[in-house]
Amino acid sequence: MTGTGIGASVKRKEDKRFITGKGRYTDDIRMENQAYAAFVRSPHAHARIKGLDTSAAEAMDGVIAVLNGKQLTGDGIGNIICGWMIHSKDGSPMNMGPWSALATDRVRYVGDAIAVVIAETQQLARIAAESVVVDYEELPAVASAEKALMAGAPQIHDNAPGNLIYDWEIGDQSATDAALAASAHTVTMDITNNRLSPNPMEPRSAVAIHDAAEDHYTLYTTSQNPHVARLVLSAFYNVAPEHKLRVVAPDVGGGFGSKIYIYPEEITCLWASMKTGRSVKWTSDRSEAFMTDAHGRDHVSTATIGFDADYKVTALKVDTIANFGAYMSLFSSAVPTYLYATLLSGQYNFANVHCNVRAVYTNTVPVDAYRGAGRPEACYLNERIMETSARQFGLDPADLRRRSFIRSFPHQTPVIMAYDAGDFDGNLDKAMAAADVAGFPARKAEAARRGKLRGLGYSCYIEACGIAPSQAVGSLGAGVGLWESAEVRVNPVGTVEILTGSHSHGQGHETTFAQIVSDRFGIPIENVSIVHGDTDKVQFGMGTYGSRSGAVGMSAIVKAMDKVEAKIKKIAAHTLEASEDDIIIEGGEVKVAGTDKKMAWHEVGLAAYLAHNLPAGMEPGLKEGAFYDPVNFTFPAGTYICEVEVDPETGVTDVVRFTAADDFGTIINPMIVEGQVHGGVAQGIGQAMLENVVYTDDGQLLTGSYMDYVMPRADDVPSYTLEHNTTVCPNNPLGIKGCGEAGAIGSPPAVINAITDAIGNNNLSMPATAQKIWMALRETGFAKAAE
Amino acid sequence: MYATTYHKPSSAEAAVAAIAGADEAKYLSGGQTLLPTMKQHLAAPTALIDVRGIPGMVGISIAGRQVTIGAATTHAAVASSKELRAVCPGLANLAAGIGDPAVRHMGTIGGSIANNDPAADYPSAMIALNAHITTNQRTIAADDYFTGMFDTALEPGEMVMSVSFAAPAKSAYAKFRNPASRYAMTGVYVAQTGDGMVRVAVTGAGENGVFRHEAMEDALAAHWSPDALDGIEVDSDGLLSDIHASAEYRAHLIKVMAKRAVTAAG
Repeated sequence: MTGTGIGASVKRKEDKRFITGKGRYTDDIRMENQAYAAFVRSPHAHARIKGLDTSAAEAMDGVIAVLNGKQLTGDGIGNIICGWMIHSKDGSPMNMGPWSALATDRVRYVGDAIAVVIAETQQLARIAAESVVVDYEELPAVASAEKALMAGAPQIHDNAPGNLIYDWEIGDQSATDAALAASAHTVTMDITNNRLSPNPMEPRSAVAIHDAAEDHYTLYTTSQNPHVARLVLSAFYNVAPEHKLRVVAPDVGGGFGSKIYIYPEEITCLWASMKTGRSVKWTSDRSEAFMTDAHGRDHVSTATIGFDADYKVTALKVDTIANFGAYMSLFSSAVPTYLYATLLSGQYNFANVHCNVRAVYTNTVPVDAYRGAGRPEACYLNERIMETSARQFGLDPADLRRRSFIRSFPHQTPVIMAYDAGDFDGNLDKAMAAADVAGFPARKAEAARRGKLRGLGYSCYIEACGIAPSQAVGSLGAGVGLWESAEVRVNPVGTVEILTGSHSHGQGHETTFAQIVSDRFGIPIENVSIVHGDTDKVQFGMGTYGSRSGAVGMSAIVKAMDKVEAKIKKIAAHTLEASEDDIIIEGGEVKVAGTDKKMAWHEVGLAAYLAHNLPAGMEPGLKEGAFYDPVNFTFPAGTYICEVEVDPETGVTDVVRFTAADDFGTIINPMIVEGQVHGGVAQGIGQAMLENVVYTDDGQLLTGSYMDYVMPRADDVPSYTLEHNTTVCPNNPLGIKGCGEAGAIGSPPAVINAITDAIGNNNLSMPATAQKIWMALRETGFAKAAE
Repeated sequence: MYATTYHKPSSAEAAVAAIAGADEAKYLSGGQTLLPTMKQHLAAPTALIDVRGIPGMVGISIAGRQVTIGAATTHAAVASSKELRAVCPGLANLAAGIGDPAVRHMGTIGGSIANNDPAADYPSAMIALNAHITTNQRTIAADDYFTGMFDTALEPGEMVMSVSFAAPAKSAYAKFRNPASRYAMTGVYVAQTGDGMVRVAVTGAGENGVFRHEAMEDALAAHWSPDALDGIEVDSDGLLSDIHASAEYRAHLIKVMAKRAVTAAG
C-alpha cells in the first residue's frame, strides 16, 4: 500500500539522524562538571575480599574519589533485586542471594565490581582503578550449572544450599508420566541451549547528575524502560524518591533485553554523583560488556515426547537446569519458568506437558532475558525433538507436525497459555511453497555432484508476547503490572504529539506509532511526533521488551485516540450543528456524513483550545491519556525452513536458503517488520552456528572479545525469503501479535535440523561450528565417503 | 591507552637512536596489533617510533624475478601491485585476504613479520618463498628469522627494513579463517621454484608459530598435484588447541588447505 497509514512501508523518520551521525546517545552527553567513573573488578570467579588498598589511586592528581561497597551499603543503597517471585514446588520462595552494587566481602564472578574511581578524565579513572590493590582469598568456583548442583560443589550464596535457587514445576507430572507410559512411541533426547552474550551495538552508559540544591537526581542511561529503572532505583535501591529522580533514555543503540535491567554501574554512578558533587559518566567498553551485560539462555534439558499409534503427540516431559550466573538479575526468575515452560506445548495438541526447572547459581555473569527469553529455549526443544522423532519414525517431518497441529481456537494448552488465533497449516504451506521444498531433492543431488551435502530443516514456532496481562502475571509472581500508557496531544495547530511509555532502541517507533495516528485521522505523518524515554515528559510506562510495543504500546495509543476522537466529534457536531453520530474523520477533515459540511482537522484543534464555542460543560483542550492492560498474551507463530550446504572436507556450512512464513497479526510497517525478521533470524543463525559464551571450569571467561566470541557477519547469513500468513489477534484493537523476537525464537532449530539432515548425524549441539560438524561427519563416516 | 611519546624519524639512524633513548620504546609501522593492545592496557610503551617516514621503507621493487618489498608497505599496496601480481600472484592474493580493508590500508608486511603472530598470514609466505629479511644490521634467512610464537631473531632495537625473495614458478596460499577473529586458524602457503624445489609453510596451527611440512614438500616435489598429498598424515603433536579448533582439526585442515593451495597455484 502507498501512503503513510497502517500497512505502508514508510521509511523510518528516525534514520536521518542515525545515518548522518546526529543521534544523541548517552555517551554523547557532556555535562559542565562531568567526571568519569571506572570500576575495580574482580579477576577471580569466586573470592573473599580480605583487604582493599585505594591509597595509590587516591594519591593521583585528578582522582576525585575512590568509593567502595562498605560506603555504598553504609549510605543505605539497597541490594539489587529480582522482581519476579517464583516458588519451588514445595512451596518455598526462591533463594535470592544478596547482590550489592559494589561487593563488600565476596566476589562471585569475573567482573564483579568492588570499588569505583571517580576522576577528571576517563583514562585517569581507568589507570587509577588499575592501581587499587585488592587482597583476595581465592575460593573454589564453578561455571557449569550441572556441576554446581553436584554434591561438594562450591557454595556461592549462603542462603541457597546446593546453589539451588528454586526447583519449580508446571503441568501434571503423574498424568504426563502415565500418558508417556501408554504412548505407542516415545523419543528421549538431551538438549542444550547455549549461553549467549547480547552485544547491542551501543554498550551500556550512564551519566548521573545530582543537584544538591534541589536534592534531585537525573540519570541519562541506556535503558529499554526508563520508568521501570526509576521505580526500581527509588523503591529498592533507595537512591532517591521517584519525584526526585528523573531517568532519561535518549537514543539507545539496541538492547535485546540486556538494557531492561538496572545494573550496579548505574546505581553506583548516581550515588557517586551525590558523594562527589560532580556529574559522573561511565561508558562500558566492549570487554566490560562481555563480562557484565546479562547473558542469555544456558539451559540443559532432557525431554521425552510421546506419540500414539497414529503418530499424534500425547505428552511431553521436560527436565531443565537453568544457569542463573552469580546473582539473580531483575527478571531472571521468570525466563526459564513462565516465559519458557508455558510454551512447551508448541503448535501441538498435547494433552499433557510437564516441566521441571531447577535454577542454579554459578560463578558466571548473571543470566536474564535476551531476545526471545525462554521462548527460544522452548521452541528449540520442541522443534528438535519433533524433527528427531520424524527421523526415528521414518516420517516426513512436515507431515509428523501436521498430525498434531492445533486447529481450533481458542485453545487451552496444559501449561497455562490459551492460544487465541492461528493457522499453523497455512504457515507451513506458505513456507513449503516459498522454500520450494518440492525441488529440494534435485538441489541435494546437484550439490552432491559438487561434493557438498545439502540438508533441509523445519521449525514451526509459536511464542507468547505482547506481555502481558497484569492480573495474570501478578498471580504468577510478577512484581509489576505489564500494561502500557499513552497520551495523545492534539496541538492548537493540529499537529499531534504522542507520549508513550514504550521505548524505541532500534524498533522504529517514531515511524510506526506515527503511522497509526496518520491512519486514524488522515493527517500527514510529518505532523505527528513521538515522545518517549524521559520520565519527566512521559506519564509512565513499562518499556519495550517481549515484543510488546505493538500489541500493548500501540493499543494504549489507540485507546487514547478513541477518547480524542470522541471529543473531536462532540466539538464538530456542536460547531456544524449536526449529530455526533453523523461525524466522520477522514482525510484530515472532520465531516458531517452525507453533506458538504466539514471542518479542517486543525480547525477542530484550534476550536478546542480557543474554547470560544465549545459544547456546554466541555473542558477546553484536546489531550487524552489511556492505560491499556492486555487481556491475554499474543501468539505469533510461523514456519521457518532452512537449507544448508555442508563442505564435508572441512565441516564449513553455508545457509543457502532461509524461508520464514510468519503470522504476526496486523502489520503496521512491512519494511520494519521485515527488518525485525532479518535481525532476529541473523541472531538465531548466530546462536545455532557461531555464538557461544565459554568459561573455563573455574569461571574464567574465555570469550571476552570479538577475537573469540563469534558474532554473525553479513557473509554468514543468506538473503531471506519472507512470507506472511496473517490471522488477526482478536484481543487487541489493532489485531497485532508482535514481531520483535520471532526470528530469534524460530530459527535455531530450523538451522540445526537442516545441518543434521545434511550430515546424517543427529548428535550435534549449538553452536554447530565447522569443527563440530566435521567431527559429527567423522562419526558417521560421511567425510570419508565424500572424499 | 597510557600516555606515550610519538616520534617519526626520517632516517634509520634516527629511529635507532630514538629507540635507544627511551626506556621502553616500540617501533610502530601500521599499528594494527600494537595500537589495539595499547588500548587494552596490555602494552604500555613509553615511546612509539614510527618507521613509515624512513626512505626506502615503503614500496615494491622488482628486478627480473627478484622481489623486494619495503617493510612499511601496506597489505593493500602488496595486494594491488600489478608488477608483483605478474610474478607472484600468490603473495598478492595472501595480502588481499588479510583482515579487512581498514586493516589492509594500515597494516604492513614488516609490522606483521616483526610481531610474528602465530596466526598471521605473512610468515608462511616468507618461509615458503625462502625469503630473506633485511634489517638495519643484517640480512636473515626466513628459516632463521621466525623463532617461535611472537618471537623472532631480531635483537633489541633491530628494525626490519625490507623483505626479498625470488619469485617462484608457482605459489598460492589457502587459509581457513578463525570464525571470530578471522585470522588464520590454519593457513598454508605452497611454493614451487623453477628448479622443482617445493616449500610448504603452515601458519595459524603450530604451537611455535610458522613451520615447514617436509613430508608434504617431498610429496609435492615428486608430483605437483593435490592428489600427491592424499597419503600424507599430518601429526597433531605440537599443534595449537583452543576453543575454536582442536589440534586434530587443525592437522586435518593443514592437509585440506595444502591441497587447496596447490590447486590454486595451478
